[in-house]
Amino acid sequence: MAGQGGMVQKRGSGLWLTHLGLIVGVAFIFFPIWLAFVASTVDQQAIVRPPMPLLPGDKLIENYTRALTSGVNAPVATMLFNSAVMALGISLGKIAISLLSAFAIVYFRFPGRTLFFWLIFLTLMLPVEVRIVPTYEVIANFGMLNSYSGLILPLIASATATFLFRQFFMTVPDELAEAARVDGAGPMRFFFDILLPMSRTNIAALFVILFIYGWNQYLWPLLITTDPEMNTIVMGIKQMFPSGDDTADWPVIMATSILAMVPPVLVVIGMQKLFVRGLVESEK
Amino acid sequence: MATVALENLRKSYGKTEVIHGVDIDIADGEFIVIVGPSGCGKSTLLRMVAGLETVTSGEVRINDRAVNDVEPMDRDIAMVFQNYALYPHMSVFDNMAYGLKIAKVPTDEIKKRVDTAAEILQLEPYLTRRPRELSGGQRQRVAMGRAIVRKPAVFLFDEPLSNLDAKLRVQMRLEIKSLQRDLGVTSLYVTHDQVEAMTLADRMIVMNAGVADQIGKPLDVYSDPATEFVAGFIGSPPTNFLQAKRLGRHIEDGAKIGIRPEHIRLVPQTETDLAGTVVYSEPLGAETLVHLKLLDGQDATVRQDGALPIPAEGETCGLSWEPASEMVFGKGGSRIRS
Ligand SMILES: Nc1ncnc2c1ncn2[C@@H]1O[C@H](COP(=O)(O)OP(=O)(O)OP(=O)(O)O)[C@@H](O)[C@H]1O
Ligand SMILES: [Mg+2]
Repeated sequence: MAGQGGMVQKRGSGLWLTHLGLIVGVAFIFFPIWLAFVASTVDQQAIVRPPMPLLPGDKLIENYTRALTSGVNAPVATMLFNSAVMALGISLGKIAISLLSAFAIVYFRFPGRTLFFWLIFLTLMLPVEVRIVPTYEVIANFGMLNSYSGLILPLIASATATFLFRQFFMTVPDELAEAARVDGAGPMRFFFDILLPMSRTNIAALFVILFIYGWNQYLWPLLITTDPEMNTIVMGIKQMFPSGDDTADWPVIMATSILAMVPPVLVVIGMQKLFVRGLVESEK
Repeated sequence: MATVALENLRKSYGKTEVIHGVDIDIADGEFIVIVGPSGCGKSTLLRMVAGLETVTSGEVRINDRAVNDVEPMDRDIAMVFQNYALYPHMSVFDNMAYGLKIAKVPTDEIKKRVDTAAEILQLEPYLTRRPRELSGGQRQRVAMGRAIVRKPAVFLFDEPLSNLDAKLRVQMRLEIKSLQRDLGVTSLYVTHDQVEAMTLADRMIVMNAGVADQIGKPLDVYSDPATEFVAGFIGSPPTNFLQAKRLGRHIEDGAKIGIRPEHIRLVPQTETDLAGTVVYSEPLGAETLVHLKLLDGQDATVRQDGALPIPAEGETCGLSWEPASEMVFGKGGSRIRS
């Protein structure tokens, strides 16, 4: 078997067994999500009284409307919007900045070029959590608490993306830049007309990853948004858990959870074709 | 149309000088081929003319204007790269039109020029395709088209045919030649292939380790090489070099006699005092190459008419040639003329 490699089509019972394994795996992973979905379609009593229902109830529209318009602390629609702004801001900002810095590092000779590259590279080792206290200090002094810029800016510099684009730019033949130069394209023109379109699949792949990264930010929004109107959805879910003796409004919390999953899923599905292409092939 | 002049052109990378002073005046419409072995500085020389490489010292003049500090786009040149360097995400049309768009040529004029170029190069059916959907030969044509549409004063080619198979190379060679004739654009063409150099060039520059060993018409270079390097590099099979001393000549220490394979005749051993044993023969039909080991251990190749009898391996033959076809080279490789 080992010698035949994975590309050989399996037939007969082997095929069925493989699929059975996969289906069980999918069901296993999917089950909690299903439970959450079911919980978001029934009323409070059905959840708190065991056993948990396994089939959707009839409160779907009611629960979701309630979540979107009023929520617990803030309407989920507001939180979704905040999350979307933050995730888009972070992913687009990161892509823009890292494209430009990779462009500078690969195509321009300036003093300290390698130094800057390694400095950027070093920050790979410093995730948000490590620098969170000084970053908070800075943002607070700038008066950016409870603002979109406060949510987005500290997360926007990206060594990973810079590194990725640098690697990609280095595979672009020098002659292409020279041909553009002979054609009369200045550096920025070359960047926009040639490098950018050529990086399209990489950008798409990165966008998906960064969007999810931005969407799932928890600690940072938790720290700097005290105003419920600025809550993002991922942290908002946690905020919905009551403190003290109040009872949790589980159907609304579950509806919120399901809603929180939708945008990343849509982004992945929407960008799937470009995304997969970007991961497996670099365009010639 | 344009003249190009290089004056004592030098290039150093750091402390190493790779071009040691090249001088040439190129007439309007002339086709100049720069030929030489790998690493001798052909591309560097061409790229200095293009403006892609800075000039360390000396001067490049296009139409009597010094262009050392002029950007490539303002030098009125067009360049064809070895790997074509087509923009992968643009259609064939856009590839050719890109330079014109930047130069803000009106759209209908762009269309007209690209269509004309496409017609000349038989690219009309492919104008909407991407480069990766083209064959090597077609990509090569697109690269040519991109150069043509700009109507430059000078064409620069850096080994444009070396990625093509042998047959296509011959065909494209002819096309480039006739195209250049028709357009009458001054051209510099880099190659390491001496056949390309011989067939394309009005004049050729034979480069050797950063020095232009000889500049001249192909046939003049062939028949009258200025250095041992040129004599050995141009012509296939290469010139035979025999130690003058062992032939009983006393010219100067280390001097060599160069003699082209086609100038040597095989004669019965009795008729001459230079003889060798046949190592092997290559009958090519029209001609036969006979490789011999001379009795004193030197190698020699003889090229003779295919109709002549082919000597057997191990046979000993005499070698003879007209004194006029001898070329004498001194120890440093330069030609000694009597
Ligand atoms: N950027 C560079 N830095 C240092 N040395 C270089 C650089 N570019 C070229 N060289 C050297 O300059 C010399 C000439 O290079 P060049 O590319 O002109 O050779 P070439 O004649 O075009 O060879 P080929 O036929 O292989 O293309 C070589 O010895 C090369 O090592
Ligand atoms: Mg070269």
